[in-house]
Amino acid sequence: MADIQKLVTMLNELDDQLVNCMRCGMCQAVCPVFTETGREADVARGKISLLDGLAHEILKDPKGVKDKLDRCLLCGTCQANCPSGVHVLDIFLKARAILTGYFGLSPAKRAIFRQLLTRPELFNKLTSFGSKFQGLFAKPVNDVLGTSCARFQAPVIADRHFPRLADKAFHKIAPAMDQPAGSSGKRVAFFPGCMVDKVYPKVGQAVLKVLAHHGVGVFMPHGQACCGIPALSSGDRDSFEKMVGTNAELFANADFDYIITPCATCSATLKDIWPTMVDDEGLKARIAPVSAKVLDISEFLVDVLGVTALEGASGKKVTYHDPCHLRNSLHVTAQPRTVIKATGNASFVELPNAATCCGCGGSFSLQHYDISKKIGDLKAKSVEDSGAETLATSCPACMMQISDRLSQRGHSVPVKHVVEVYADSLG
Amino acid sequence: MADQALLKEFEAVVGADNVMSAESDTHAYSYDAAVLDSVAPAVVVRPTETEQLGQITALCNKHGLPLTVRGAGTNLSGGTIPSKGGVVVLTGALNKVIELNTDDLYAIVQPGVVTAKFAADVAAKGLFYPPDPGSQAVSTLGGNVAENAGGLRGLKYGVTKDYLMGISFFDVDGNLVKSGSRTVKCVTGYNLPGLMTASEGTLGVFNELTLKLIPPPQAAQSMMAVFDDVQAASKTVSAIIAAKILPATLEFMDNFTIRTVDNFRKAGLPTDAAALLLIEVDGHPAQVAEEAEKVEKICSEHGARSVDVARDADHRAKVWQARRDALPALANLKPTCVLEDATVPRSKIPAMMQALDRISKEFKLTIGTFGHAGDGNLHPTILTDKRNHDEWVRVEKAIDAIFDEALAMGGTLSGEHGIGMAKAKYMEQETSRATIEFSRRMKKSLDPKGILNPGKIISALLD
Ligand SMILES: Cc1cc2nc3c(=O)[nH]c(=O)nc-3n(C[C@H](O)[C@H](O)[C@H](O)COP(=O)(O)OP(=O)(O)OC[C@H]3O[C@@H](n4cnc5c(N)ncnc54)[C@H](O)[C@@H]3O)c2cc1C
Ligand code: SF4
Ligand code: SF4
Ligand code: SF4
Repeated sequence: MADIQKLVTMLNELDDQLVNCMRCGMCQAVCPVFTETGREADVARGKISLLDGLAHEILKDPKGVKDKLDRCLLCGTCQANCPSGVHVLDIFLKARAILTGYFGLSPAKRAIFRQLLTRPELFNKLTSFGSKFQGLFAKPVNDVLGTSCARFQAPVIADRHFPRLADKAFHKIAPAMDQPAGSSGKRVAFFPGCMVDKVYPKVGQAVLKVLAHHGVGVFMPHGQACCGIPALSSGDRDSFEKMVGTNAELFANADFDYIITPCATCSATLKDIWPTMVDDEGLKARIAPVSAKVLDISEFLVDVLGVTALEGASGKKVTYHDPCHLRNSLHVTAQPRTVIKATGNASFVELPNAATCCGCGGSFSLQHYDISKKIGDLKAKSVEDSGAETLATSCPACMMQISDRLSQRGHSVPVKHVVEVYADSLG
Repeated sequence: MADQALLKEFEAVVGADNVMSAESDTHAYSYDAAVLDSVAPAVVVRPTETEQLGQITALCNKHGLPLTVRGAGTNLSGGTIPSKGGVVVLTGALNKVIELNTDDLYAIVQPGVVTAKFAADVAAKGLFYPPDPGSQAVSTLGGNVAENAGGLRGLKYGVTKDYLMGISFFDVDGNLVKSGSRTVKCVTGYNLPGLMTASEGTLGVFNELTLKLIPPPQAAQSMMAVFDDVQAASKTVSAIIAAKILPATLEFMDNFTIRTVDNFRKAGLPTDAAALLLIEVDGHPAQVAEEAEKVEKICSEHGARSVDVARDADHRAKVWQARRDALPALANLKPTCVLEDATVPRSKIPAMMQALDRISKEFKLTIGTFGHAGDGNLHPTILTDKRNHDEWVRVEKAIDAIFDEALAMGGTLSGEHGIGMAKAKYMEQETSRATIEFSRRMKKSLDPKGILNPGKIISALLD
């Protein structure tokens, strides 16, 4: 453990950002965690005051502060609604890195980030191995949702209804690609993200189908690393930079118009977090042009290819959940809805409280499953209330969380990615 | 850290989950929205039933522990900054609307109900609860009563005190005191709802509130009048009232605020204007049409460069968005933003604007002013950085000067934000020595050990 004085010095570097919080408390109205717990330390204002207290040595319990800081979905809703323009996510990510530097990474996380996520080849092998044996410890519970639950007591899985690892990962199904621009005149780099690769390869396939349909050339190298957000949100900046570095190797020198992802979290990470959180100046310079070209798949379809809503479409009711990272960080809300309406065979219904977080928040759902569950149930209830026959969204992590909650509540509304809904309509 | 035996006593009442004493919890209850130094309590207790509120109060009194009730902690006067070693009691879990009576037009609520949520529940029943502080998305009704909160509609519809029909509260011994009624008229005994209003947690702990509801206005018309001269805008306010028109809202923004807001949202506001008045009249459609026309005429006659009348709901929302953006936009400029609420008689608004201009020059400070011109309640907002010591000293002097001016004009220290710790020192200046002593004697007999939110409004008890 480093000495506390050093911790204080590092936290003091956040001071300029911390003082911008005027303690108005308006974030209480929008924070999904606070809504469940009613505790001030669970809302941005409280966390910022804890960090401020630690930085100014008014408070002397870094462990307590770290625990409170971890009780956050990093959904960014507070930031999007903060009257004072406080960069809450920036503060939280940096503070987590500082506190993790002070306490060191937990052995489990160290193993996962340092040994696994930073080494895509190994990660791929291991998950492919895992997918073959998961039947031993998981039994299917809901065929429509494709969820399973644990056969044995497993602390991390608890009573989750989780999707199985895909039998065959996306990178095994789809070849590495390096096509020239197609009839659209566009060539995109495709970053599926690890959830799509390992859990929802069908989403990756849908993306390829849609790109082919629109005559878009695809550049998709194998060996892509995770976007790095799991490591960064756990405070492991080193692993984060390694993963960004691996991706920079693959993408920084390639020639493409846009880099697209079907994962809201990846989009936000590549676009906003890579440029702000990478420390190494050389790496920063190399990834800047990549970050500048990031588009979510729906954004690309609508804003670049000009896909538009069709008039008078009718069919099964489809509703849409706004993933936090797409809405709060990238302000993309209209395009996914347009894509659903462009299918021509769906009748779009708005989801009550479409913009609230689904409660996943990456490792938050592992560490605070009870709260995550309650937040997810609110979302599942909205889906039920909407009367929709399909729930579409733009983030595989949200798909997983919402499937879990619907499945637990005994509902079988299929959960799909927007791009799957669109690809289906192409026949 | 509080001693273990004491924690056990609290836990016996509310359960271990609802008693927090770790530093990383208590520190999160050491502040509110006022720009004041924080003080962490020893224990934070979160009752889930109102009976527990009374039991906790009695426990604190038994042990002589200072008790500060906290709603959302959004007050701007330090009313929820606890005493060192004291207890903070949270009302957030006491958030039930117990009765919403559409025949007799009242509602009975627990103190932790969030204002905006309550207003929405009421609206869903076709009725109207007008008090709408800017913090309504999070503020609690208990906090609103304890601060006598007002809002944009204060001019025509009044403030929280005009809607509090009855109250039940716990005295320091945890006994339940009830006063007021569900009837519109009630003169039974002392007016304790009146006494509890603006008491800032110093006289009793609210258990239930009976609030008046009214039918909503059928129609409304909003407009934005643009002025090239602050004095002309200020005089227009008096002229509208003098013409016996009572707008639902009559808000003011100075040039600095206009420019800041426009920069914030690129809303296309007239950034060269010296001042804006945002006006809304509401009521019966025929009356609205007539009054809107009259207001428009008065504005033009008093030198408005233009009057933009809202065409539709979208346009109306745009007008009010500009006003809602005032505080956030200003807050974005500098790290510290001191929002004052010195209030003057309406006819003195022109003079107050001149005084503020002089004060900002004298103390070399940036002050943006907006606020509820219709009721004389201005919000001069000082933009600063508390870490800059020299500037902060000037800020404190400027605040003194603002209150001196307001009081000299027959105004008041606070139109809506309360006295708390922030303005306790000015109390005697507005009232009198006798007033303070009367208040202290009253407090002393109701709260002999001085446990209820000590240090607020009347400072320490005289011994
Ligand atoms: C952005 C912003 C805008 C604002 N706009 C306005 C405005 O337009 N008009 C206005 O009037 N104010 C405004 N305020 C100030 C503040 O929101 C109000 O004073 C509000 O009424 C406080 O409510 P609260 O629930 O946060 O109470 P708190 O701040 O938690 O408490 C306020 C006081 O009430 C006492 N209290 C709370 N509950 C009880 C109870 N059950 N029994 C006894 N005492 C109790 C507390 O001890 C404290 O003294 C604003 C504040 C902010 C940050
Ligand atoms: S909304 Fe922003 S300024 Fe207000 S308390 Fe929350 S973080 Fe601070
Ligand atoms: S990021 Fe989300 S969960 Fe975290 S404090 Fe902000 S609103 Fe709450
Ligand atoms: S954001 Fe999540 S799902 Fe997307 S690549 Fe990164 S880790 Fe994988």
